[in-house]
Amino acid sequence: MTGLRRSLPAWVEILVLPAINIALAFLTVGVIVMIVGVDPLQALKLLVLGAVGSPESIGYTLYYATNFVFTGLAVAVAFHGGLFNIGGEGQAYLGGLGCGVAILALDQYLPIWLMVPIAIAAAALFGAAWAAVPAWLQAWRGSHIVITTIMFNFVASALMVYLLVNVLIAPGSMTPQSRGFGPSGQLPALAGSPLNLSIVLALACCVGVWLFLWRTPWGYALRAMGHNPEAALYAGTNLRSMTMVAMCLSGALAGFVGVNELMGVHHRLVLDFPAGYGFAGIAVALMGRNHPLGVALAALLFGALQQGGAELAFDVPAITREMVVVIQGLVILFSGALVNLPRPWLAAFRPRQAP
Amino acid sequence: MPAMTAVPAIELRAIDKSFGDVHAVRAVSLTIRKGSITGLVGENGAGKSTLMSILYGLYRADSGEIRVEGERVEMGSPRDAIAHGIGMVHQHFMLIDSFTVLENLVLGAEGGFLLGRGMAAARSEVARLEREYGLSIDPDARIADLSVGEQQRVEILKVLLRGARILILDEPSAVLTPQETERLFRILGVLRDGGVTVILITHKLREVMAVTDQVFVMRQGEVVAERRTVDTTPDELAELMVGRKVRLGVDRQPARRGPALLRAEGLSLVDRHGIGLLDGIDLEVHGGEIVGIAGVSGNGQTELLQVLAGMRAPTGGTITICGRTFDAGHPGDPAERRALGLAHVPEDRLRQGLVAAFHASETSILGYQNEARFSPHHLIDRPAVRTYCAELMQRFDVRPPLPGLRSAQFSGGNQQKLVLAREISHEPKVLLVGQPTRGVDIGAIEFIHRELVRCRDRGCAILLVSVELDEILALSDRILVMSSGHIVGESAGGTASERALGLMMAGMKAA
Repeated sequence: MTGLRRSLPAWVEILVLPAINIALAFLTVGVIVMIVGVDPLQALKLLVLGAVGSPESIGYTLYYATNFVFTGLAVAVAFHGGLFNIGGEGQAYLGGLGCGVAILALDQYLPIWLMVPIAIAAAALFGAAWAAVPAWLQAWRGSHIVITTIMFNFVASALMVYLLVNVLIAPGSMTPQSRGFGPSGQLPALAGSPLNLSIVLALACCVGVWLFLWRTPWGYALRAMGHNPEAALYAGTNLRSMTMVAMCLSGALAGFVGVNELMGVHHRLVLDFPAGYGFAGIAVALMGRNHPLGVALAALLFGALQQGGAELAFDVPAITREMVVVIQGLVILFSGALVNLPRPWLAAFRPRQAP
Repeated sequence: MPAMTAVPAIELRAIDKSFGDVHAVRAVSLTIRKGSITGLVGENGAGKSTLMSILYGLYRADSGEIRVEGERVEMGSPRDAIAHGIGMVHQHFMLIDSFTVLENLVLGAEGGFLLGRGMAAARSEVARLEREYGLSIDPDARIADLSVGEQQRVEILKVLLRGARILILDEPSAVLTPQETERLFRILGVLRDGGVTVILITHKLREVMAVTDQVFVMRQGEVVAERRTVDTTPDELAELMVGRKVRLGVDRQPARRGPALLRAEGLSLVDRHGIGLLDGIDLEVHGGEIVGIAGVSGNGQTELLQVLAGMRAPTGGTITICGRTFDAGHPGDPAERRALGLAHVPEDRLRQGLVAAFHASETSILGYQNEARFSPHHLIDRPAVRTYCAELMQRFDVRPPLPGLRSAQFSGGNQQKLVLAREISHEPKVLLVGQPTRGVDIGAIEFIHRELVRCRDRGCAILLVSVELDEILALSDRILVMSSGHIVGESAGGTASERALGLMMAGMKAA
């Protein structure tokens, strides 16, 4: 890989290249915004102010970023093991189910300091279990994980509708949602915004994932498998178990979206709370170069876009919600699919040096 | 030999080529006579392949000129080269297995919308070439049914059919048995006598001596010597290639045989499609001896190493390593083998022995990453790993000695030394070695052979698999010959004749 491409200094790779990619995306967005008849600079100002202009908007940005961190890390961990987990959406859904069921069962009996860790563990367990089935199918049956994880998203969705309509629905309610969580099933949140303690969990996950991947022998074996499965086999790694480990970790991380959404915001089990975070996680991981720090930064950007975009659509009638999706799509396009576009230009600037 | 013509077939004048910071070819000028066989020798990275790629139009030279039969030519692509009568036979064949010989021959020269005419023309051309050069081949045979030597003849035919008068062969004997190699060289001789100019890129000096008329030696992008073959010796060529005195042989004491540490009995392997890859392999390797497995590549040696190393479960038979027995029901895994004292230098270092994207320091603990000295309290101690890697690099002369460099950025020889260092430094009781010097420079070959013999003298049982017969002959105390998944013969190291081994490699029992 490294041999084929002209290599660039690390700081260019990590900072300059993504910055240029984002700038290109915004330039393109600017042209589109102009076509719709809106002043691009004005739109940019509204977008930025909407994302970070007030404590409240910062709270929203960070709350969205929390979800992106979870799903971004989920994709990154699987990717380091050479597995493309597209099932973050379903795993997040099931993680929410685990968290919700635990709280509905126990919130009357347990204090918050005991309820929270149990609910978090349940979210991880359910998310991991939902990823474990495709992982098992891949490891033992050779069914391609991309296909199975996508299919499991649909299964998860159908399962949740069934459970919320038939089983978990609050007695006497017409809406498919559970009863509200008791106080011990609610995470403390910042007043006036959905930002809650889950962000601490997200940061802990970043550090944990980094430690696991680069500081433990298991992470070492997982990365070896991702880069070169035959070498990992040669080194004595059981590729089947390692596939399970990678996917279960990935699923558990995705499952934490349920913690942020249900324990942090909705305070009950609802439908459709993953809202595309699972898929956006792929873009976040791609942009963050599958590194926890990069994922955190990319998640911040995506959170800001989500929040600022919503404000922009609210303030400027010509810009619809769909337009905000276009903006996100362009950022993904330039920082994902076209990530190497500016590389030759950057390489040309690089001074020649002795090998 | 036909009368020499004054105009040379090829003249290169001051050809220069850089890739970024690497100066691959430096002002090379050389002249190749028409109707001759010319050897081009040099270590990996000496620039011989780059030079020939320039001649064949795959790369464009930064400066200098190419003259073909006296006429100055711009080589923009292989199409230009072919138009000027230059053809290349690559080391890896470019044939479609499920097509017939004839179908492969017309590929890219179908000669119109319908195949029939082109096929008929090719058929008569093949018949003519067969008459002229004795390149006999059945035009209707499927490629998959041909032997490797025959496939190579198809490649040569393909080039000649395009009207090539100048033939470049890149390491043509790498995949052949000694007999097939001999036959190839006879064909090259006939081609030369018919006026074809042959350029042979190789690192096997014995072959250069056997078949060429003149030889150019390249080192670090330059042609450092031009010799008439009759005026030179293998030792002189080796010295010119490396730039210092080289000892081609290996010094070793007679083996002091210890107890049997590795034993296989009735070992067999059948793949998912029911194809037998290994069939009833019996072998025994004692401490303090090197047992060589000779054979043409693809006759089960790869699978044998994989099964012995625990990377693949056998379907029958047993393996005993230092007293512990494995079989189809309990195949064990590479980690268990390592714990018993088995080390493995795999055949394909890039695909198995290292992770190209990992730092050299990470590669230096591959397979041993769980050892307490590298991962105390289940956390990898990076400074300790780096120090360890630096020590290995120093002991085994790995260059550049930078543990932080990515494994892919080392040359083949240095990658191999790193893998070998990792495996030998754990003082194994049993060592499996596959193709230890494939794609490795002569200087490093010398070093690797010496280290293997030292390991043997420490009492290690070494099983050596190599397609280089010279290597097997130089290192082995006993030689087993593999063909089609069987062990077809055994011979003592000192007394083995290359000819007898070659016959066995071709699947014939020794007389």
